[in-house]
Amino acid sequence: MVERLIPTALVEDNKFCPGCGHGIINRILAEVLDEMKLTDKAIGSMAVGCACLMVDTFGVDWIQSPHGRAAALATGIKRCRPENPVFTYQGDGDSMSIGFSETMYAALRNENITAILVNNGIFGMTGGQMAPTSLPGQKTVTSPMGRNTDLTGQPLNIINQMKDLNIGYLARGSVTSIKNINRVKKYIRNAFETQMSGGGYSMVEILSPCPTNWKMMPDKSLEHIDNTVTTYYPLGEFVKKGGDSNE
Amino acid sequence: MSKKDNTKSVLTLHPERCKGCRYCIPTCPKDAISISDRINQKGYKPVAVDMETCIGCGSCYTICPDYVFEIKEVQ
Ligand SMILES: Cc1ncc(C[n+]2csc(CCOP(=O)(O)OP(=O)(O)O)c2C)c(N)n1
Ligand code: SF4
Ligand code: SF4
Ligand code: SF4
Ligand SMILES: [Mg+2]
Repeated sequence: MVERLIPTALVEDNKFCPGCGHGIINRILAEVLDEMKLTDKAIGSMAVGCACLMVDTFGVDWIQSPHGRAAALATGIKRCRPENPVFTYQGDGDSMSIGFSETMYAALRNENITAILVNNGIFGMTGGQMAPTSLPGQKTVTSPMGRNTDLTGQPLNIINQMKDLNIGYLARGSVTSIKNINRVKKYIRNAFETQMSGGGYSMVEILSPCPTNWKMMPDKSLEHIDNTVTTYYPLGEFVKKGGDSNE
Repeated sequence: MSKKDNTKSVLTLHPERCKGCRYCIPTCPKDAISISDRINQKGYKPVAVDMETCIGCGSCYTICPDYVFEIKEVQ
């Protein structure tokens, strides 16, 4: 058994709600940065959403972009500072609705950055509006009768949009169990290793609970991800230029 | 947890950080975690751990979103 100490980037208690997946994801991201000795050099790019609560609590250099534009900002940072590890950290509404274009074009350019996309299927910070990732029939404050896919289209599977592009690394994980948390930590590490070896665009999408806006108890939120959300968004590694493309 | 090199994995608890989500409770293989009756500074009922039962496995560290647990190696 190795020691499990709070990683150095977690300089203050996080400000997320009870049971929020962002807290677990913050910790594993901070662990990977420590283990790769990147914490002091890492530059984060964020835009809107509950991710913004990290500026005070997650101790790396941050720049906040206009809404949705974190991938475009990260592109500029990385081109000016190619030696620094540069990552985006965004929710699904931010990265896949407001900033869908910036997210996709960073991948299309195979920009040498790492994108962490936290998919909780909802606009969390603003009070639970429907997102492109919301599931068919999902009740939100802007789809009180449940998401109607005849009117709003099918849920956005960002991995399907990216998996045939010329990029370095693409994976989707979840934080519902010890096994899944350890696996998604490995994905985040693979993503940063891709960037640090000049391997091009790397992205990890992480299925994450928002118990507050799902109006579900935290334990039920994890069950919901395992039983339902993963049937729309399967887990695994989808592009791995450094090795095999599936586990 | 006793090991060949005579070190032990020992849990350190930061209950003031706990937000009472209860993720850790079913994750503990020894059922060592419970919810206490008091209310912490954040306004939640924080966890308590039976240190006699705890084996320092670290599962609680892995699942907790609020950095309540640490595992240290001591002689
Ligand atoms: C142009 C513009 N669009 C949207 C917003 C409001 N806004 C701030 S956070 C947010 C939702 C973010 O949701 P998501 O990215 O999924 O993050 P979460 O909070 O769910 O982690 C929105 C819509 C805004 N202030 N201005
Ligand atoms: S609103 Fe949702 S995503 Fe935001 S901190 Fe609360 S649980 Fe997390
Ligand atoms: S997982 Fe962490 S925050 Fe949640 S109840 Fe357990 S100790 Fe508290
Ligand atoms: S270290 Fe393991 S045994 Fe001890 S409280 Fe945590 S989960 Fe339970
Ligand atoms: Mg969201």
